[in-house]
Amino acid sequence: MSVCLVVDDSGVVRKVARRILEELGFTCEEAADGQLAYEFCSKKMPEAILLDWNMPVMSGIEFLEKLRAMPSGNDPKVVFCTTENDMNHIQRAITAGANEYIMKPFDTEIIKSKFIQIGLIDE
Amino acid sequence: MKVADFELYKSLLYDKSGLVITPDKSYLLDSRLTPIAKKWNYPTLDMMTLQLRAIPDPKLVKDIVEAMTTNETSFFRDTKPFTLFQETILPHMLQTRAAKKTVRIWCAACSSGQEPYSLSMILKDMEAKLKGWRFEIIATDLSEDILAQARKATYSQFEVQRGLPIQYLMKYFTQVGETWQLKEDIKSMVKFSTFNLLDDMSRMGQFDIIFCRNVLIYFDEKTKGGILGKMEKLLDKDGFLLLGGAETVLGITDKFVPMPDKRGLYIKNPALTTPTTPASSTTGGFASGLFKRT
Ligand SMILES: C[S@@+](CC[C@H](N)C(=O)[O-])C[C@H]1O[C@@H](n2cnc3c(N)ncnc32)[C@H](O)[C@@H]1O
Repeated sequence: MSVCLVVDDSGVVRKVARRILEELGFTCEEAADGQLAYEFCSKKMPEAILLDWNMPVMSGIEFLEKLRAMPSGNDPKVVFCTTENDMNHIQRAITAGANEYIMKPFDTEIIKSKFIQIGLIDE
Repeated sequence: MKVADFELYKSLLYDKSGLVITPDKSYLLDSRLTPIAKKWNYPTLDMMTLQLRAIPDPKLVKDIVEAMTTNETSFFRDTKPFTLFQETILPHMLQTRAAKKTVRIWCAACSSGQEPYSLSMILKDMEAKLKGWRFEIIATDLSEDILAQARKATYSQFEVQRGLPIQYLMKYFTQVGETWQLKEDIKSMVKFSTFNLLDDMSRMGQFDIIFCRNVLIYFDEKTKGGILGKMEKLLDKDGFLLLGGAETVLGITDKFVPMPDKRGLYIKNPALTTPTTPASSTTGGFASGLFKRT
């Protein structure tokens, strides 16, 4: 089963995301900031990462830049999931190597649609 | 809602739009028509029904019919039809229409425009390959309200996140406050007009490709058969028809046949379009020649 790492400093958001992702067939792991996510990935690369932008210790974008520089760091598909909803942030995320971008609030429909597009799940 | 009132709306909707409404959906009439009664300043839905029974105002009838349509849609809905469009249909068109370099596409129930605009974005992306070609996208719907939205091409954050790849959002939209505006060059590739599928279609002209997705599901077999029969006449002999995921021609008409292994894609029945000489009366020839590539 594919692993999806949910990176968000809000426990509530992680819980909601977990419920949706498990429904879509993923095994979920959680990290509360970019640093913890980085440590997780140093041990084992997940197939997918759902990534918040603003977090304490290390932000999502900082984590993504570090991740893409790691050995096998290009393997995980990264989907940003943040309240930052302007074109500048989107562009910056995609340039840094994000595969997709979700503007909060999200629901099952949106996550599913984005995951299908980047081939993480089938229709 | 009283049974007699239900029957009144049922037959009105069937006549005007083909919509079949069953008694278990009678709550839908209440929830969607109450706002219409309010808009028309009737104190209750019953009062509106009374008026409708006595002297039906065509404008009120139109409002009722539009209120009962389901406009659910999304960009690149179901993905597959759009992949088929890009990878199967377009290459075939480029080969077979090379002389006239014109392709006419009809989105026959386009709702708020996501379907035709998805096609324009695909075409825009392939611009370099399509130099000198003319693609006409005609998008129609019964509902004038929904067409007004389609023409505006302003979408909510929720709408641009359903089915629309982020690259397309970045390339083809501008952010306006909380909403997203489709850029003019994509917008101007689609021509919108009002059209009821129950009406005479001959004025629509000929098409190479018809998208008729997620609208036949609301109709009974007689209506479906009638519409597909009329569409067959408008479609070029080697044109394509695309239906929604829950729709089919099987058991409804023999004018079209499904393409094997291409879900949702239909062609004219070769047995009906080729002259019935003994040699060509088998169904293989025409269909199997379709996807020969040079
Ligand atoms: C569910 S939407 C489908 C939109 C799009 N084709 C898709 O697949 O996402 C159905 C549309 O059919 C339109 N419609 C319903 N009855 C119609 C009729 N008799 N003639 C033309 N359009 C009709 C409705 O107004 C609505 O916008």
